[in-house]
Amino acid sequence: MGLTGKHLLGLDGVSADDITQILDTADSFREVLERPIKKVPTLQGKTIVNLFFESSTRTRISFELAERRLSADVVNFSADASSVRKGETLKDTARNLEVMKIDMVVIRHAAAGAPHFLSRVLDAAVINAGDGAHEHPTQALLDMYTLRERLGKLKGVRVCIVGDISHSRVALSNIHGLRTMGAQVAVCGPATLIPRGLEELGVTVHTRIEEAIEASDVLNVLRIQLERQSGGLFPSLREYREFFAVTRDRLRRAGREILIMHPGPINRNVELSADVADAPDSVILQQVLNGVAVRMAILYLLGTRSS
Amino acid sequence: MEMKTTIIDANGFERTLTRLAHEILERNKGADSIAVVGIRTRGEYLARRLVAKIKMIEHRPIEMGVLDITLYRDDLRDMLQQPILKGTEIAFDVTGKDIILVDDVLYTGRTVRAALDELIDLGRPATIQLAVMADRGHRELPIKADFVGKNIPTTDREEVRVLMKETDGEDAIILASPKGGA
Repeated sequence: MGLTGKHLLGLDGVSADDITQILDTADSFREVLERPIKKVPTLQGKTIVNLFFESSTRTRISFELAERRLSADVVNFSADASSVRKGETLKDTARNLEVMKIDMVVIRHAAAGAPHFLSRVLDAAVINAGDGAHEHPTQALLDMYTLRERLGKLKGVRVCIVGDISHSRVALSNIHGLRTMGAQVAVCGPATLIPRGLEELGVTVHTRIEEAIEASDVLNVLRIQLERQSGGLFPSLREYREFFAVTRDRLRRAGREILIMHPGPINRNVELSADVADAPDSVILQQVLNGVAVRMAILYLLGTRSS
Repeated sequence: MEMKTTIIDANGFERTLTRLAHEILERNKGADSIAVVGIRTRGEYLARRLVAKIKMIEHRPIEMGVLDITLYRDDLRDMLQQPILKGTEIAFDVTGKDIILVDDVLYTGRTVRAALDELIDLGRPATIQLAVMADRGHRELPIKADFVGKNIPTTDREEVRVLMKETDGEDAIILASPKGGA
């Protein structure tokens, strides 16, 4: 079997078979995470570099845990304490790492396309951990895994992504992945934060949260970022909350259970009210646990391809 | 083209399983301390059948688990096709138990080595005992079976196949050799 490509650069163009294979493989790794010794020797001797040009705690820790639980050797590179400050180009940084015989690179970078560039320049397998506002495939995969686990399927499930869609790589990867798997995708947020032309991707656009809640089985709520406010894209966090926060009251009006997801970190009482974040219909913590299993699955599938 | 010889037919298969079940119970003085773990894929079906037989003999259920050794293989990189992970399911604690590991054919011993490593990552069994339907020789590691259905010496070019109703539509142990002699 095995995945079609050598890298995981995004979910745009990734087949349903490949996505299914990743999700199915993640089941086995969930079992490993329940054992007393949460480790398997599968990637022993493989070297994986976490190339994080943008700071990240949860994604990097999740990847690092996944790598170590597969017995791989892990090297962490963070942009602050490095040669990037001295002006070294991405290409040279990568070439230097490659010459030291690394097998896989997990990269997070502010520039869209950085992972794609690396995949052309390196022999190693490349995994995109977030490139600018473009894609974040592992997040979308863990989101889909969580949904599938909770609902038993993805086909026909109505998912609405709520928040700053135009700056969100999580949103775009989810849109691609969910559509491939047959889910119905919608987005909701202030018009200033929703890119034009989404309907061409087969996505429904809601501009009111009440509308979105009415029409969805799942809400994937994104973190609203302060920087956007200072860019004049919405007046204030308070106003955002007023119109778009997912609160217990608003959910109650739907009269049925709606699954609440969030990639983290949560701004409590901004995009999500605290009681919603902590309720049983929130799978937010489950997402984090599943994240390690899904990343293990990806590392395993890409890391054990025959050369 | 290959030539197939039936070493054990459906009736013989059943009798062999019965004998193995009795041998396991004899060595372990009953079923109190044992749990049966089958190595996917055929080992799982064999394990189920053994558990059913033991239940009939001792009138008590025993724990059963399934091991997927893919993550512990020593040859993942050399495989042309990545094997599909089906997952390990062992819902009980292996610590302190006498684990009866079950597989269809014992050959180089590498599968069993992987299974041992995985079992020991799950806990500390009191003992691990190996039951196989067929032992075809050619060990590459110091591994031996405690309970053997049939010893079938083979050459490198031959293959021993354990067929089961669950996967192949019939129960049998056959020897396959390339035409033109081994």
